[in-house]
Amino acid sequence: MPPALRPWFRLLRASFAAQTRYLPAVAGGLIANTTFGFLKAAMLVATVHAAGGSVAGYDLESMVAYVWLSQGLLGAVQLNGTSEIGERVRTGEVAIDFARPLDIQTSYLAADLGRNLFNLSTRLLPPLVIGALTTGLRLPTSAGPYLLGAIAVLLGMTVSFFGRYAVNVIGFWLVEGRGLRNFYMIVSTFLAGLFVPVGMFPGWLHTLANCTPFPSILMTPIDVLSGRIVGAEAVRAVAVQVFWLAVTCAIGRLLTARGWLKLEVQGG
Amino acid sequence: MSMRGSAPIIEAEGLTRRFLVRRKGSVRRDTVTAVADMTFSVAAGESVGYIGANGAGKSTTIKMLIGILVPSSGSARTCGLDPLRRRKELARRVGVVFGQRSQLWWDLPVRESFAILGDVHRMPSAAAAARTDELAQQLDMTGYWDTPVRQLSLGQRMRAEIAAALLHSPELLILDEPTIGLDVLSKQRLREFLIAERAAKGTTLLLTTHDMGDIERLCNRVLVVDHGTLAYDGSLPGLAATVGAGRVLVIDLATPTPDLIGIPGVTHLGSEGGGLRQRLALAGDGDQPGAAPSIPVVLAAVSERAELRDLSIEEPDIEDVVRRIYTAAEG
Repeated sequence: MPPALRPWFRLLRASFAAQTRYLPAVAGGLIANTTFGFLKAAMLVATVHAAGGSVAGYDLESMVAYVWLSQGLLGAVQLNGTSEIGERVRTGEVAIDFARPLDIQTSYLAADLGRNLFNLSTRLLPPLVIGALTTGLRLPTSAGPYLLGAIAVLLGMTVSFFGRYAVNVIGFWLVEGRGLRNFYMIVSTFLAGLFVPVGMFPGWLHTLANCTPFPSILMTPIDVLSGRIVGAEAVRAVAVQVFWLAVTCAIGRLLTARGWLKLEVQGG
Repeated sequence: MSMRGSAPIIEAEGLTRRFLVRRKGSVRRDTVTAVADMTFSVAAGESVGYIGANGAGKSTTIKMLIGILVPSSGSARTCGLDPLRRRKELARRVGVVFGQRSQLWWDLPVRESFAILGDVHRMPSAAAAARTDELAQQLDMTGYWDTPVRQLSLGQRMRAEIAAALLHSPELLILDEPTIGLDVLSKQRLREFLIAERAAKGTTLLLTTHDMGDIERLCNRVLVVDHGTLAYDGSLPGLAATVGAGRVLVIDLATPTPDLIGIPGVTHLGSEGGGLRQRLALAGDGDQPGAAPSIPVVLAAVSERAELRDLSIEEPDIEDVVRRIYTAAEG
């Protein structure tokens, strides 16, 4: 491990390890993800039937693959939003973070990835297995989609973090950032393709979604993992993720530099 | 005590910080000045107590010194660095404990936090392990080494916090209320450790506290901040002299004697038993400023009036001293 990476890897591992202390939360997350998976499957399967067996390029088996992959990845890409950074600013705990010889954004990224890799390791497979046993689903049989898919998932998790981070930092300008965070959560979950695949959006909404980083967070990992997009098209989609990663990271850094002047660390 | 040199390790120059505070139920925002035009410097190797009431601006000052808060005006230099521009570099040379917050990983065993912090400070593994062992021994942490932080008692946690702040052997240790809520024995052990650590390493100490015992045991200089401004900078006995809370002589006399008033530099505080026991304050109480008279001079003056049977001396209560500073400033 290069010395420059040591702190980040440590923070990531520590955050991962801390999650293992909350196993009831894992069970709770799994139950929620699976329950909503069945609701979504019922709705979307009915839609495919009503459309005569195929809608927006999805047949029955690729639709249930979408449903269970989206539910399995939900914990990893944290579309529920993050309030941790904003809360740490509000309570003044952020002072501890600033007192360390580390970049703030990268510290939070490491902790976020650690937490969400734990979610990935515990919450991806069970919904897929349950889906395979109940509704049946089709996944690729070659290694390629899984390798590129793993990269797409990591990129999706990172873009998700940078987006949530930026929203939290905007909170430096607001007395109470909760409203903004909730608004962001609603918009991002929808445009990321959590409820229905982005491909099923009407034309204008599809275009709008593609002008945001949100499909890169969830839709692209699902599309690559499920083999819905392959080859050059899949590589292009991952390149778009890298683009959004750079954009969201830069916005977060810019906001941090500016927001710092506004930062009023509370309390003693 | 070893000194690392005479260059100041902290320099505050007209340091000022204002906050906008929204009033409850109002859109209007008021400006509150938390720190006002604070100028002081601390030499390397000094041990400075930084005291003041809640909300006097102590924590705000500390945050500006380590680059967490941007000053509204004025400037600070810590370890010769601009804290805002070089926060990360500074963080490698300063250790901080915010008594009310934890820098440890709540859910992980104590040892894990030290492993993480060693990497966070990019310490070579062997050096980090050796330093961790040393601190664990000195602060007697081995008994709860594998316990998750959230299960520690306050005293155990505070020892771990201070060890964590010292892991990278900083030049400057800043402790914000390190003994708050600790029992007498825990306080005592912590102070002894800090004295030994400073004697061995020459670490500069900046300490905020409400506990005058901390100041008396640990500090050779006191800064008193009041409403954001520096009200006093000097030694602890000097602080007592400045506000006039001098020593009190309790004198037992052979016969009931009229109140011993009119002795220069002495204030008669009260009499008991018809004047058998009298309490005399040295150096007046603020109404009579001036140098405190020496005790033999006072005793000589007393023995001119009555026969002395017994004598005891009450040292000034520093909490009372600080209280007087506040009352004077508010009044």
